Amino acid sequence: MNLAVFTTFLGQAGQAIEEKVIEKGIVDFAADYSTKWDGGGEGGLFLAGAVRWLVETYTVPDWVPLSSVINGTLGAETFPELGGLLITIGMVFGFVNIFAIGAVWSERKVSAHMQCRLGPMEVGPHGLLQTVADGLKLLTKEDIIPRLADKTLFAIAPAVVFAGVLMRFVPLPFGDQLIASDLDLGLFFVAAVGAVEVLGVIMAGWASNNKWSLFATIRTATQMVSYEIPIGIAFVTVILCCGSFSLVDVVNMQGGTLTDIDGEAHNGWAWHWNLFRNPFMLILAITYFIASLAECKRAPFDLPEAESELVSGFHTEYTGMRFALFFLAEYAAMYLVAAVAVVLFLGGWWSGIYWVDEIGMGTDTWLASWLDGVLGPTLTAVLGVLIKVKVFLTKAFILVFIQMWVRWTLPRVRLDQMMYVCWKVLLPASLVCLIGSCLWELATGGASFFGFGIVVK
Amino acid sequence: MTEAKIRTEEMLLNMGPQHPSTHGVFRVVVRTDGELILESQSHIGYLHRCFEKCAEGNNYLQVVPYTDRMDYLCAMMNNWGYAASIEKLTGIEVPERAEYIRVIVAELNRVASHLLAFGTYGLDIGAITPFLYAFRDRERILKIFEKLCGQRLNYSYVRIGGVTFDMTDEILSDIEAFCDYFDPKIIDEYDNLLSYNGIFISRTANVGVIPADLAISYGVTGPSLRGSGVPRDLRRDAPYGIYDRLEFDVPVGSGEMGQVGDCWDRYMVRMREMRQSIRLVRQAIKDIPDGPFCDKKAFRGVKPKAGETYKKVEGARGEVGFYVVSDGTNIPYRVKARAPSFCNISILDKLTSMSDVMLADLVAIIGSLDIVLGEVDR
Repeated sequence: MNLAVFTTFLGQAGQAIEEKVIEKGIVDFAADYSTKWDGGGEGGLFLAGAVRWLVETYTVPDWVPLSSVINGTLGAETFPELGGLLITIGMVFGFVNIFAIGAVWSERKVSAHMQCRLGPMEVGPHGLLQTVADGLKLLTKEDIIPRLADKTLFAIAPAVVFAGVLMRFVPLPFGDQLIASDLDLGLFFVAAVGAVEVLGVIMAGWASNNKWSLFATIRTATQMVSYEIPIGIAFVTVILCCGSFSLVDVVNMQGGTLTDIDGEAHNGWAWHWNLFRNPFMLILAITYFIASLAECKRAPFDLPEAESELVSGFHTEYTGMRFALFFLAEYAAMYLVAAVAVVLFLGGWWSGIYWVDEIGMGTDTWLASWLDGVLGPTLTAVLGVLIKVKVFLTKAFILVFIQMWVRWTLPRVRLDQMMYVCWKVLLPASLVCLIGSCLWELATGGASFFGFGIVVK
Repeated sequence: MTEAKIRTEEMLLNMGPQHPSTHGVFRVVVRTDGELILESQSHIGYLHRCFEKCAEGNNYLQVVPYTDRMDYLCAMMNNWGYAASIEKLTGIEVPERAEYIRVIVAELNRVASHLLAFGTYGLDIGAITPFLYAFRDRERILKIFEKLCGQRLNYSYVRIGGVTFDMTDEILSDIEAFCDYFDPKIIDEYDNLLSYNGIFISRTANVGVIPADLAISYGVTGPSLRGSGVPRDLRRDAPYGIYDRLEFDVPVGSGEMGQVGDCWDRYMVRMREMRQSIRLVRQAIKDIPDGPFCDKKAFRGVKPKAGETYKKVEGARGEVGFYVVSDGTNIPYRVKARAPSFCNISILDKLTSMSDVMLADLVAIIGSLDIVLGEVDR
């Protein structure tokens, strides 16, 4: 596809969306997209829709290999759904990989600059491609399975860990309407699937047939199972206040145009984020962040891979790509817990500035109207989506940066201290926050700290 | 499930000789019950290089480079300990200027060694950044040494009868610049970064407590002994060189954060000793006289009368002693070195059996004893 065709396509796609917007009105259009995704159908991922439209409009040219197969068996009926599905999976997977590459690079740079070093500088400008080079190196390395290891478990453990993390991306939004699948029980899903990762780690440590790995495994099991409780309580508190398990609903209740109990509309500002909903939420956000550090095995809770004690923890015996999968999973989990924190407490994709938030939402704020006049409704809608993605990612990346900052500053706690922090500090604190939030909701009739209640739209 | 059906086993865990936190090729076999250590058994000797036997086959001057390689992190003090014992045996007078230079280089080397101890201790506890900070500043000292004697680690700078090269004014001003850079700004930075960090204190306070009497009975010396509250420092108690003319304090552990003699105390003694070392260097630079820096005659070879002697100096890890027997030739009949790390690490197995020690604590204890395996095994 040459550039001219591509730009034409983009123009046509834009036009189609615009026509749809004009036909249905922007509110309905947005509502259309927020309906639950049914596997590549209406709504869902923006791009999935575009692909569907593309395949509906065009047939695959003859010169493409297997074009007849695609056009025949996966023709206009089935291909869009499958394509949408694949695109969605590809988007999530691609995001995780690209994020991991970027995060490893930035972790090196952050640590380097905190330690008066330069970090990677050789491969690419400022060592940007260092992680790519490392990835290639890991790919080409020999895949060693120890002779006395449990071969099956050893081989599949990295995949289980990686899958456990990746699955949690399913109900996680990347921006307004950009979500693989807005599950009704999204938060529950995130918490439940997290346990799969623990299983993988236990498999890896046990199968390695290495005493140090076994130590790490036991530590991981204790740690992750314990810290799931404060995290779960944080989830419960937010669910209780927001009345929904869906991550999208939780975000929608923190910004944009908010509806209070009497059905009155309010402008959503930064102080309507859950973080400021009531004083307990503020404490809860901190307990969640600390617990999430432990959940993704980051310093100061990096006991499972404490390099000075356990050599390299549960992945001591792993080489090559299997090791890289653990690495990927760790960085994906970093983003994941940060993104969940953004959803739960930091207003998701809402920037906290009402006028900015309303760009492309079809409301009549001065900024939105002005942009409408300048850019036209389609571009404004696209701009709105992009801003929300940007806001969401920025917030998550800031939290990831804080995770790195903590890691390169603090020493590691001991196992008993780690358990003490969980069971005697975080758990009581989050329980108090849960009860406090309950009482707050009861006493104020569901009103937030700033005087009016927010209910599900 | 009834209790009888749950069966737990003790695990025999082999820590080292290839392990990140044993500070070299040190091996501990630990019997563990979960994370708790029930018993430990240290194994040394992986770095044995027959120093003492080698010394019997070389003349007195040729032994000096072997002493470098004992405690390679504070080679100056090892050189000095050996040179001092031969000087005592032969009655060689060391020029005044050389004595000052010896104090300057030895104290700088003590700072370099303590910096490494600080950095690796942070690494043992899980803080990686202090390690790189420590290396940044240790590098400055090594640069000065490189300028002085062309070596960064195994100096062989302090020799029988003086020092190898004279200290130029340029190097002296470099050292002064380092002192101004380092104290107090940088040490305060370290204290802020690690010493008073809550997690660090909780990991090290009340861990690996060595009571004073136990430390003495095991022959623990140096910062590890002073951490237990025993104010013994050869520089003050049995002054050699020109230490009796200089003013300095001997920091001891006081149990500020926990009990006297815990890991934090031992760690903190080193941090405070760095300040004292800088103080000593400043005084020595101020008073350094002109004159010869070596006894040229001694540099050509020594031939002590038959006899024996023992002389010890305060190294970075404790008392470095050399027992030398001469049979009247230019080759020592016997050289026996007292290596502080060897005595200090001997207390490890006692510590692990004395109290409840977890696996992470074992790493903290080994780190706080600050061993150098080159010296343990010799």
